[in-house]
Amino acid sequence: MTAELSDLKTRLRPCFDDPVCDSQAAFRALMNAIAYPGRIELVNRLRDAPPPLHAATATLCLTLADFETPLWIDPHLASTDVLAWLQFHCRAPIVTSPKDARFVLADCRSQVPHLDELHPGEVEYPERSSTLILQVASLSGREGVRWTGPGINGTTTARISTLPRWFWAEWAMNSELYPLGADVIFASGEAIVGLPRSVRVEA
Amino acid sequence: MKRASTRPAQGYNFAYLDEQTKRIIRRTLLKALSIPGHQVPFGGREMPLAYGWGTGGIQVTASIIGPEDTLKVIDQGADDTTNAVSIRRFFEIVTGVATTERAEEANIIQTRHRIPETPLQEGQIIVYQVPQPEPLRKIEPRETETRKMHSYAEYGAMQVALYEDIARFGYIAKTYDYPTLVNARHLMSPSPIPKFDNPKMESSPAIQLFGAGREKRIYAVPPYTSVRSLDFDDHPFEVQKWEQCCALCGSTTSYLDEVITDDNGGHMFVCSDTDFCNTRQREQAQAGEADDSAPPTALAATEIPS
Repeated sequence: MTAELSDLKTRLRPCFDDPVCDSQAAFRALMNAIAYPGRIELVNRLRDAPPPLHAATATLCLTLADFETPLWIDPHLASTDVLAWLQFHCRAPIVTSPKDARFVLADCRSQVPHLDELHPGEVEYPERSSTLILQVASLSGREGVRWTGPGINGTTTARISTLPRWFWAEWAMNSELYPLGADVIFASGEAIVGLPRSVRVEA
Repeated sequence: MKRASTRPAQGYNFAYLDEQTKRIIRRTLLKALSIPGHQVPFGGREMPLAYGWGTGGIQVTASIIGPEDTLKVIDQGADDTTNAVSIRRFFEIVTGVATTERAEEANIIQTRHRIPETPLQEGQIIVYQVPQPEPLRKIEPRETETRKMHSYAEYGAMQVALYEDIARFGYIAKTYDYPTLVNARHLMSPSPIPKFDNPKMESSPAIQLFGAGREKRIYAVPPYTSVRSLDFDDHPFEVQKWEQCCALCGSTTSYLDEVITDDNGGHMFVCSDTDFCNTRQREQAQAGEADDSAPPTALAATEIPS
């Protein structure tokens, strides 16, 4: 038991240096990302994220997740270190189905849950939907798609790389559900881009 | 008047709220921004002032504010009225942030019932204090029903209420808290701002957040979002107009308050936005010093019956 504890202690990576101000700074970047979809925002206050979580993904967990927010995590991301880190710092319950989760952590290198596997919210409470936090290789890739909607002055071009081939077709279906639907935050390294359900993708 | 940042008071968490509550409100704000105009319930807390004094707005501000921010607080456009002074002091004590009266210097503006005359910019966040977040409440008192009306965008009753005004008075008599349709989907109360300010919400570059403390609802309008004031083809939406100009700065484009000056019917019209009015007066004084022959235009242009 003691050996296990000390083992955990040596492996457990720390939280923010200043939990109050660092999570506030991360939240403001995140709020900007959701309010101005398509803009790349930086969240760079966490020095030592547990791999394979990117710094941005780990920062969002520390900022948003707690015992009230069930979390679904991609089996490829769910290393012992990551699970111990999430349980210690966030205390979020881990669930086995993305539909039961407020936050869904996934990575493009493995199986990304389809958007219809996420919780779309309820007709009278559309805010109860899941938020997908999706790790991608880059937020400034070669291929771009044009977004329109609230928060965007005209149109903007988002260059999210390594997305599954079905993603934008399913996003169009997700938009049809509005005001229901899932919201997505793309994370790569220390950068994030928000994709709220109100955004429509131009063909 | 600008006040530099200081150390926050000891014994409280930064910005008064505990981190758990801030996380609840932050998650609520993100969902509110994702569904513009939709009211999201949240676990509102008791604040150290009474409901009706901006507890919703304070909780929103406390959840977003950081040490680097500059805060402006207004009450009916003024920086120096009771509500504005006490809320500004509250945040000076519990966060130590810099505060200002200049709209263009602030990146968070908490407001009761006005939008500043100075156009808002990207990078600014305006937080509205909301007494009644439900625009349909006077038409339908049951929450279960209004919730369904929002779910199915069933807003005919609101149009009928406006039409009844036209039938009775010949025009839409609502002058404040004028209902708006956000993102062509959700009916939203703009909080009791005068309808004069409604057009400023349309496609604003700033983030607009709304907090209702007693009703425990948060809603939001992201930047560059359509906010249309309801109207009819033959009775288009119009804002208030005045024959007078501001008695202090001479403005003909701002929202004016009528102020009683004595017991003999004396009155004057002045800008409701004190920062806007003071800035104009300063600029006029400087221009006047530069050119002594120029008459003091502002007072000359007004009639104050004695």
